[in-house]
Amino acid sequence: MSSSTIDTTKGTTGGTPATEVEVVQAKKPYGMWAAYVGIALIIIYCLAPFYWMLVTSLRQPSDTFSIAPIPAPVSFQNFIDVFDAKNNFAIALFNSVVVAGVVTVLTLLIGTIAAYALARLDFRFKNAALGIIIACSMFPGIAMVIPLFKLFTDIGWINTYQALILPAMSFALPLAVWNLTAFFRQMPAELEEAAMIDGCTQGQAFRKVIIPIAAPGVFTTAIIVFVAAWNEYIIALTMTNKASIRTATVAVTFFTGTTGRDIPTGTIMAAGMILTIPLIIMVLIFQRRIVSGLTAGGVKS
Amino acid sequence: MAVVEAPPQTPVPKKTKEVDTRKQGALATKLLTPTMAVLLLVIGYPILAAIYQSLFSQGQGVDADGFVVQGDTFVGVDNYAAIFSGDAGARFWNAFYNTTFFTVVCVVIEVVLGMAMALIMNKAFKGKGLIRASILVPWAIPTVVSALLWKWIFDANGVANSILGQQILWATDGFQAKLAVIIADTWKTAPFIALLVLAGLQVIPAEVYEAAKIDGANAWRQFWSMTLPLVKPALLVAVLFRLLDNLRMFDLPFVLIGAQKPSVETISILAFLENTNSRYGPAAAYAFVLFLYVVLVSYAFVKLLGADVIGDNRAKTPKPAGRRRGLRTVAKGDQP
Repeated sequence: MSSSTIDTTKGTTGGTPATEVEVVQAKKPYGMWAAYVGIALIIIYCLAPFYWMLVTSLRQPSDTFSIAPIPAPVSFQNFIDVFDAKNNFAIALFNSVVVAGVVTVLTLLIGTIAAYALARLDFRFKNAALGIIIACSMFPGIAMVIPLFKLFTDIGWINTYQALILPAMSFALPLAVWNLTAFFRQMPAELEEAAMIDGCTQGQAFRKVIIPIAAPGVFTTAIIVFVAAWNEYIIALTMTNKASIRTATVAVTFFTGTTGRDIPTGTIMAAGMILTIPLIIMVLIFQRRIVSGLTAGGVKS
Repeated sequence: MAVVEAPPQTPVPKKTKEVDTRKQGALATKLLTPTMAVLLLVIGYPILAAIYQSLFSQGQGVDADGFVVQGDTFVGVDNYAAIFSGDAGARFWNAFYNTTFFTVVCVVIEVVLGMAMALIMNKAFKGKGLIRASILVPWAIPTVVSALLWKWIFDANGVANSILGQQILWATDGFQAKLAVIIADTWKTAPFIALLVLAGLQVIPAEVYEAAKIDGANAWRQFWSMTLPLVKPALLVAVLFRLLDNLRMFDLPFVLIGAQKPSVETISILAFLENTNSRYGPAAAYAFVLFLYVVLVSYAFVKLLGADVIGDNRAKTPKPAGRRRGLRTVAKGDQP
């Protein structure tokens, strides 16, 4: 829709007199200055709370309530305290890696082929199938968690990995299929046609031609799915009641202080940094791809 | 869902086309079966089980003869009827109001902030990488971590009170608790809206704006009559997803403020707490009502506003100018 509108408007630009364009450009410095202030505000808005978490985590535990913008002295004591045996944080991190990792791999294995079918094949009920998958991504988690909790209690799945992995597919799979469908649609159809003329079946064309070319899209989807699975909370909270099987997002809400009543804020902030930093590093490396992945469903670029 | 697995049997006029489509249909069935099977298991089954479970009541009751009954008792629609009376009803409607309030307020703020951010970022010539990276930071922080972080910022002795020079007890209860949730939620998601809108803005060539300026359109007019209509398809989809995400809001109020806080208790939290207290029947009833609410909102959004959720229109070749965009809907496939 947008492209058609652009085309029509473009037509009117044709006969623009040069002088008027210069007038427009002359006004730019003021606008640019305002834009820079705006950009600075956006960066502060996005990073200030995160910076506060970083600063708090790097203070000495006794300085937690300080409001100095820079920790003095810098201390890593909070990061040591996080791994105190009573917090069970190391095992929780391990659980998170297992759950999010398995969810990502399983989701991509079955989601990639589904997305290929939706983007490339011509069949009846295609839009209905896509509609069902998208509708699933709108499904409220609590409406799934409550009946599954009862089922898993009956079959003895509480405190198991599968009780964390399987329900997580409910949001991971629609997310992956949606993203990948958008990626596959962007790839030129001539690729498979050429492969099929050379004697490949559609299945072979998919394996030998599409998958290698789609690798960046699949990889981006993997990151987005992993982030979603890593952030998951309500399933992990409901399906576990033992510290040894909790994922990190749940474990961090169970941290207790030394005297029971006080909240170990410094330690919690350090745990928050540990949970966030791997994601931030991925974001910094793959930011361009992630942005295109996140917006792929919304805008055709 | 079963319909998807059935091979296509429509007679297509052209013979070759028919064979081709049928072949592709068989392949598509094979490729889609694993996904549909998983979704049937983790979404199809739970929703049916939730309806069934919502018709039962747990714990001790007294039957007609005065005997104590333990375990599940069939109570029909009693769990739903309870929504309309007594304390349980008052608690449900409070949760319903909170859910709606958070959804409307957060999404409005997010859209306004996100649009503003996107318009500013679209003007940026330098430092695009830095902006993009910082915008992605709130997105990447797990919701639970951001809830804990904001809980710390809004601590009675925290930095928010120091900056404001006030002694606000944010995390206790009341309106300030709502405000804390709204601030934390918009912080995390406004940048996401900004990303989507920015992607929409970047497909608009600069000449379009220059032409508008020459024609005498001021900045507001340009925004209202050009930018907004052009980013509308992307924005509608983003808004719909944000609405549905906020309707199921759980982690943020639960971790930031806590359980048993009426001012921030959402339907998800209420259902979760009932489930924790082994009141599975009412929990399932609340969850199912939330599900219906979500279905209703998505249906209204897709039907009335024509949100192009499937994205099929944009994937197709540009249409002739002036042709009205059809209302592409997923309405038929709405209920899983």
